Amino acid sequence: MFDVIVKNASLRFGDHLVFENLNLTMQGGKWTCLLGGSGVGKTSLLRLIAGLSGNDNSRADVSGEVICEDGFPVNHRIAWMSQEDLLLPWFTVLENITLGQRLRRTWGDRLKRRPLLSGETTDQAMSILEKVGLSDKADVLPQHLSGGQRQRAALARTLMENRPLVLMDEPFGALDAITRLNLQDLACELLANRTVLLITHDPLEALRLGHAVYHLRGHPARLTDAIVPSGTTPRSLDNHELMSLQGTLLDRLRHESFSEGDSV
Amino acid sequence: MNNSIKPFIVFIAMLALWHGLVAGFDMPSYILPGPWEVAKSMAENAGLLWEHSLVTLSEMLLGLLLGVLLGIALALMLVYFAVLRPWLLPPLLITQAIPVFALAPILMLWFGYGLTSKVVMTILVIFFPVATCCYDGLRHTHQGWLDMAQTMGGSRFAILRTIRWPAALPALASGLRVAVVVAPIGAVVGEWVGSSAGLGYLMLQANARLWVDQMFAALAVLAFCSVTLYYTTDKLLRRLIPWKPETSQE
Ligand SMILES: Nc1ncnc2c1ncn2[C@@H]1O[C@H](COP(=O)(O)OP(=O)(O)O)[C@@H](O)[C@H]1O
Ligand SMILES: [Mg+2]
Repeated sequence: MFDVIVKNASLRFGDHLVFENLNLTMQGGKWTCLLGGSGVGKTSLLRLIAGLSGNDNSRADVSGEVICEDGFPVNHRIAWMSQEDLLLPWFTVLENITLGQRLRRTWGDRLKRRPLLSGETTDQAMSILEKVGLSDKADVLPQHLSGGQRQRAALARTLMENRPLVLMDEPFGALDAITRLNLQDLACELLANRTVLLITHDPLEALRLGHAVYHLRGHPARLTDAIVPSGTTPRSLDNHELMSLQGTLLDRLRHESFSEGDSV
Repeated sequence: MNNSIKPFIVFIAMLALWHGLVAGFDMPSYILPGPWEVAKSMAENAGLLWEHSLVTLSEMLLGLLLGVLLGIALALMLVYFAVLRPWLLPPLLITQAIPVFALAPILMLWFGYGLTSKVVMTILVIFFPVATCCYDGLRHTHQGWLDMAQTMGGSRFAILRTIRWPAALPALASGLRVAVVVAPIGAVVGEWVGSSAGLGYLMLQANARLWVDQMFAALAVLAFCSVTLYYTTDKLLRRLIPWKPETSQE
């Protein structure tokens, strides 16, 4: 699996410099976790990698390159998962997780009256739904799902896209602690061997799932050196190394928000 | 209590109030006829009322259909051809700033005394609420959905069809509810200014001859048509757009 390299990424909103000349290498087939307090620029960095900066009518100055080691461009190799599940309320769960197929349907497909989902795609979708434990919810509208189920559906949609690079922006942030742990395990299992960039403000999550954990901090934001916890993911909670690292990181994050609070 | 019963209760209460007013203040029937007299007139003139309601209804429905289509087309143009926006907006606002009453004689002159001028009037009063609501809905698509669609590699048209349009439907529905309520204004004002058929025409004729009960009968039929149209539309929209009108989950 190829590495993905972010080179000299800079972003500024007006005279507010979010980060400058940021470099980050995401190892192919591994999970890179990016930790940071709120407002430091995590989402902005992720949007930059996905090529979404400047989409939202904001006056953002963006520069930097995203390079895949194998030389092919990064567009169309990204699956995107955010804190909101982004399920469309007018589509059923099955229709939601096959949204990509619907969006990529061409005029040719339509003219030839090719069915929206081939039998093969439907089977694939159903098997993914089974893996995330939603096989009985395929024909249900999202409004009838719980928070955890909705995020499972979002995970299923991400898997359905079957892209080598997965960008996740605090995907489990809105869930309760137990549901979050369960979903972390599930995502870890289902997205193994993919290149994943997971953004989170939860040190425990980063340490459980990351092969490399970076901390984004300061104004303008910089990346610290990577922490590389030992052992296979998802790491269990009774791991001493993990717990002491969590303590260190929590201290750092707390200190950070404290000094920020002072300066305001 | 069942929600579909409530309008009927209100209706009965209004009839009672009406009757109370007439009886209580001893109103002469050339000022305000009682509900009973009006009902009698409706029964006597049933054929006439039916004939003229059909005219007004067809003006309203045709105007609604065309006005809604025009409103939606305008909204799509405003969203997708941003360059046109500063050029389109002033003329649109002018059509709304001039009262339809003032425009009516001109429309008679241009489109004649028949159906066309009334349909044009109806279009004029309804396309604007439809266009603004639809435009608002199309503009405020949840950014997260658009981001996701872009990473999935959807074309602009596919994103419009699959995400922006359905997301705008609840807003468009509010526009339609307003449109249905104001559509009779366009049609009836048109009939007042010049026509040979329709409930507005009937009311003018009855008024000139001081047939007050017939005037009220026509008015009642018009009100009935409007209210029925509103509730039918509302029901239909609820069935077609069953999801909660959320643009974001925050
Ligand atoms: N569209 C925008 N316009 C102006 N400033 C923005 C915009 N988006 C984000 N910012 C600013 O950029 C900084 C980083 O935001 P963000 O990347 O969302 O932080 P995080 O995801 O780490 O919480 C914040 O200070 C925020 O105020
Ligand atoms: Mg964020």
